[in-house]
Amino acid sequence: MRTLKFLLQKEFRQIFRDPSILRIIFVVPIIQLLVLPWAADYEIKNLKLSIIDHDRSTYSRQLISKITSTNYFLLEEYSDSFHDSEEEMEGGKVDIALEIPADFERDLVRDNEAPVFLAVNAVNGVKAGLGSAYLQSIIRDFNSEVRAKWIQMPRFSPELNIEVVTANWFNPSMNYKFFMVPGILAVLLTMVGASLSALNIVKEKEIGTIEQINVTPIRKHHFILGKLIPFWVLGLVILTIGLAIAWLAYGIVPLGSMLVIYAFSALYLLAVLGLGLLISTITHNQQQAMLISFFLIMVFVLLGGLYTSIDSMPGWARAITHFNPVAYFVEVIRMVVLKGSGFADIAPYMLIMFVFAITLNGWAIYSYKKRS
Amino acid sequence: MSNENVISVDGLTKRFGHFVAVDHISFDVKRGEIFGFLGANGAGKTTAMRMLCGLSLPTEGKATVAGFDVYTQNEQIKKNIGYMSQKFSLYENLTVKENIRFYAGIYGKSDQFIRQKTEKVLEQLHLTNEADKLVGSLPLGWKQKLAFSVAIFHEPGIVFLDEPTGGVDPVTRREFWNMIYEAAANGITIFVTTHYMDEAEYCGRVSIMVDGRIEALDTPSMLKQQFDAASMDQVFLKLARKAERSDN
Repeated sequence: MRTLKFLLQKEFRQIFRDPSILRIIFVVPIIQLLVLPWAADYEIKNLKLSIIDHDRSTYSRQLISKITSTNYFLLEEYSDSFHDSEEEMEGGKVDIALEIPADFERDLVRDNEAPVFLAVNAVNGVKAGLGSAYLQSIIRDFNSEVRAKWIQMPRFSPELNIEVVTANWFNPSMNYKFFMVPGILAVLLTMVGASLSALNIVKEKEIGTIEQINVTPIRKHHFILGKLIPFWVLGLVILTIGLAIAWLAYGIVPLGSMLVIYAFSALYLLAVLGLGLLISTITHNQQQAMLISFFLIMVFVLLGGLYTSIDSMPGWARAITHFNPVAYFVEVIRMVVLKGSGFADIAPYMLIMFVFAITLNGWAIYSYKKRS
Repeated sequence: MSNENVISVDGLTKRFGHFVAVDHISFDVKRGEIFGFLGANGAGKTTAMRMLCGLSLPTEGKATVAGFDVYTQNEQIKKNIGYMSQKFSLYENLTVKENIRFYAGIYGKSDQFIRQKTEKVLEQLHLTNEADKLVGSLPLGWKQKLAFSVAIFHEPGIVFLDEPTGGVDPVTRREFWNMIYEAAANGITIFVTTHYMDEAEYCGRVSIMVDGRIEALDTPSMLKQQFDAASMDQVFLKLARKAERSDN
């Protein structure tokens, strides 16, 4: 116990004397949380639209004004031929081209239907998919307005009409920041936790002080604990800063209790720090440790359900996410922040995280060898 | 000096794959002795020393340090030895006092012991005014003397010094050896490797390693007689010329 006291004293002194660590602790969370949520947004806005209106009728104009009145589309140009629009698209100036045929209004009135042609630049898949979906729903909307005006609905509609009404639970306004900010918090803790701890022991290897430690009668688990605890405290400080920013900048106040968030984060940090320490014990210099931890963090984050939904991944990828601590953390923090889940709801995740923490730290202690 | 052996080594060997770094070396070191461990670069000195300190597991052979077996009781050995490695190994971003306190602390020394002895050591090193300066800001010679003081701060029976005076000016080297003599006079056994042959003359007994084997072991004067040489320098050159390997 006394040994641990000396180790902690030394470790904290070194941390507070290292300006780069202090910068990481304070600047990284602020930048990540203030900048990323505004940029990393699934909403597509300002899609550049080119319209080829061969009809130039009242209806076609109404359709166009309906489209441009949303803030999703920017009317980039009216062009005379599809060929022109295509050229603009190839030049990257246009994302979507909408061609309205010459007899649009006549067909719509006479036949109750009229085709329009939509060409989407699918170089950016997400943008193309969402953009064309938005546009289609606007056109569908327009279509039903026209039908309502022209077709006298009989009292008992011969056509069955199913109207779908959606309500977004837990995030009623579909505010992406509510969705992204907790996720970014997860990434933040993972990055800072795993990389700071990964670099630490290996740094002692590089400067040679580890040799001096290894020649003392220090116990291996004391040494690892002496490294684990300071970074664990730092991780909780970063979490606190992160939650404060989420509240001050985005008004995100967790629906669930802070105690649940801190309890789970505390376990989670033990797991990621254990991973970092493990990397630290098996590598020989800081470059190796950095590369390995970045590789793992990258895989964890991309397969963590932050940017893409885990449910839509193929089976093998979903299998991998069972071994991905980030996936659990993203899931749990969203549950607690948005749904207000309590200890009972996240108990299975707590257990899994506990197993992660024990395994990774145990492995780190095992793989730290005082004698080669 | 008593006749009790504090280090005894018998056929100690370390292989890395096919490379035999240390090849069946045998010797004894007596309590209070200053034992010089010489050899060219790559002769296997550091590897041998690391095995004795419990930092490296021997491939074969027997060795005990302070009465403990190097295979099974390596952690007990560590309680009884001090070690100063080739690489400077104090924390540069801790102060002089903090370094002393840290290492003494993990050897399990009491706060009172640490406080009293720190004052004494700082006085001896003339570092009292620098006690709260970061070690990184001290000149190399001071750092080395401080590292030695830290290595024997917990009052071990044996101290292992791996090229402790590398890169240090002659005056500081002289002072450093005064500290070694003083430690030896206090009953600490000194096991030291060096490249400086004048330092070899200060040792009680000297062993010279060539290609992983001990080629000569005796007092400096007996060695000079045996090899018909005027100085340890010549003894070393005569032996080292036979070496087939170097560190490059």
